Amino acid sequence: MNLTFQNKKITGILTVLPKNEVKFDDEASNYNFPIEKSLRLKKIMGYNKHRIVDEETCVSDLCAFGLEHLIESNLLKKDEIDALILVTQTPDHFIPPTSNIIQGRLGLKQDMICMDINQGCAGYLLGLIQAFMLLDQDSIKKVVLLNADVLSRKTSSKDRNSYPLVGDAASVTIVERGVQNVPIYCNIKMDGSKANSLIIPAGGLRMPSTPETSELEDPGDSNLRSKNDLIMDGTSVFNFVQTEVPPMVSDLFEMSKVNKDDVDYFMFHQPNRFMLEKLADSMEISYEKMPNNVVTNFGNSSSVTIPTTITFNLGEQLQYRSYKICLAGFGAGLTWSSMMIELGNLDFCYIIEY
Amino acid sequence: MEKVLRMLEEIRPEFDFRNSSNFIQNGFLDSLDIITLVSMLDEYFHISINGTDIIPENFEDIESINKLILKGGGTL
Repeated sequence: MNLTFQNKKITGILTVLPKNEVKFDDEASNYNFPIEKSLRLKKIMGYNKHRIVDEETCVSDLCAFGLEHLIESNLLKKDEIDALILVTQTPDHFIPPTSNIIQGRLGLKQDMICMDINQGCAGYLLGLIQAFMLLDQDSIKKVVLLNADVLSRKTSSKDRNSYPLVGDAASVTIVERGVQNVPIYCNIKMDGSKANSLIIPAGGLRMPSTPETSELEDPGDSNLRSKNDLIMDGTSVFNFVQTEVPPMVSDLFEMSKVNKDDVDYFMFHQPNRFMLEKLADSMEISYEKMPNNVVTNFGNSSSVTIPTTITFNLGEQLQYRSYKICLAGFGAGLTWSSMMIELGNLDFCYIIEY
Repeated sequence: MEKVLRMLEEIRPEFDFRNSSNFIQNGFLDSLDIITLVSMLDEYFHISINGTDIIPENFEDIESINKLILKGGGTL
């Protein structure tokens, strides 16, 4: 599905990272594999260090911290917020929406919209799409998009396929109306027939969490995880990304009438270094234009990786100049989406620690 | 061929790759082993095996792996 948005703009991006940094070398002995083998994968996949919350920190804590920071810094006024969108796969509760919890905690006005969206690695784009659509309403002038996940709490620490890659984080993106010479172009696709490729089987109503679903099991690959934990079919996800993302981005070039060489940066979701290098190779894009340093430094935080890639790599420049940037997210659902956007001259673009 | 066999033995020394033609079916290689092998092949043969070719069927035996190297422009 192709989408075009006129006169919308991002005016600020903040990333919130937990202070707690865990190094892969210190965790390698947790896994059922020879240390040498794990260390070889470290280099290939980009395992190095990741940010992990403690056992009590929730998505609303990271988001509220980021919002309070912006309000105290006079970068955001409470009464200007007309909509709060939260994209997360790890809400505080089933009921109520976590975005409402954040609204109440910050004392925001009642005359506004709060909504949660359950999306993963494509969630930054889905959140932006929702924000742009809300801004078509006369009464909505400023949307705060929150992306946040604490997936380390739902991933087995004895699963070497997933745990070393996972990072916890939140981001705050301000989206407003504004005169833009060039529209924002976007495409998005979904394939629910492959929903099991990335899934936490137990804990919902289809398979309630029980003592049995909490037991660690070896599915045959020497990793230990329970049915309450994230399960990723690595082969299926890898093949999906390599097959679907390059043609999607080619379609975006055609739709937006932008040549590949005219794009300054490709800020893609950050699954792991290997997958991104293979994508860059097949799309004939330099690694400099497609940064892949977020997993290595902070971990894969699902929908927060794209704003983190932006704040980490371009934070300073984007506060005084703009770039033509191609965004792409792909993951749980399965969902994949790309967006061509002129991004820059932001009011703020940086990282803080929680 | 010898170089590729040595790479496979380095990744999973407990298996007999020289007398098998069903690496995946026999459980000799999992998905991260395949990624490790691709990384080693890319580096040694100065190629970049296409991401869409990184599927288990292409790593079932030594002949399939050799085809990938040749497809990527490498020489055996």
